[in-house]
Amino acid sequence: MKNSIKSDDTLKVGSHEFNSRLIIGTGKYTNYKQNSDALNASGAEMVTVAVRRVNVSDPNKPMLVDYIDPKKTVYLPNTAGCFTGEDAVRTLRLAKEAGGWNLVKLEVLSDPKHLYPDMEETLRSAELLIKDGFEVMVYCSDDPVFAKKLESMGCVAIMPLGAPIGSGLGIQNKVNIRLIVEQSNVPVIVDAGVGTASDAVIAMELGCDGVLMNTAIANAKDPIKMALAMKHAVIAGREAYLAGRMPTKKYADPSSPLAGLI
Amino acid sequence: MYLIVNGHRYDNLEDDMTMSELLDYLKLPAKKIAIERNREIISKSTYNTVRLNDGDIMEIIHFIGGG
Repeated sequence: MKNSIKSDDTLKVGSHEFNSRLIIGTGKYTNYKQNSDALNASGAEMVTVAVRRVNVSDPNKPMLVDYIDPKKTVYLPNTAGCFTGEDAVRTLRLAKEAGGWNLVKLEVLSDPKHLYPDMEETLRSAELLIKDGFEVMVYCSDDPVFAKKLESMGCVAIMPLGAPIGSGLGIQNKVNIRLIVEQSNVPVIVDAGVGTASDAVIAMELGCDGVLMNTAIANAKDPIKMALAMKHAVIAGREAYLAGRMPTKKYADPSSPLAGLI
Repeated sequence: MYLIVNGHRYDNLEDDMTMSELLDYLKLPAKKIAIERNREIISKSTYNTVRLNDGDIMEIIHFIGGG
């Protein structure tokens, strides 16, 4: 695996361990080459991917695996486009056959306008997938009650949205993200809503174990530069969280001693 | 025989063709894909031996960019 310098502060998800706490998507890039360059700049070790029909009329079309090597980067197949548990199981079984991955991202969406997860169907799907032997990282609403239920079922990571997918609005409900972080015994990864580096920092400062983003990098004017910014943001937010921030105060407190003035 | 592959109908295919032969015909690399026949996954290790039947509905998938 890339960046294989071991540090103590790794991200453990199911049976996997990562040095990077950033997970990036592979959608919306100009081409796979740009995607691959952004991945290298980001230092991410895991990418989300979608499962779709091969274009049988043009077998020579470039394939993602030609640009991002699944042996070096963990592929996290998603269930985007699935609206029922059965669809999700079918899609991920195919993904497993294509590449052998057990770690998967479950997302059961609802209305295309807001792409909020359908939590009723998400819970049902998670149960089916876990029974089928998958390690489920689950995209969910930022509702601590649902998050707890998903954890109790055996999901290996809870992935609440920060804001609607692709909106770039940043972390909208810090209170809920914090509540989910505090109650969870599995990694909490903000999935969706990050727009720029400061949003990723905020997620990490809240104590999240990682951040998953796609559009924030892919739709930046310079995706490669933004990928690098996100790498630093996730590290900065994590370090700040571990360092423990100073308490806030109502009034100023001089940094230079007042005693001994001439 | 005919097959439905990813929603497209392919007529006049050789009878009893194997999965591998279909992939050769479609010029698709076995390594990068996964296949369902009539909603059941065909294991990669059996591509050389599995014979297809008239009217089989095939889904051939791969990974593309996604979030």
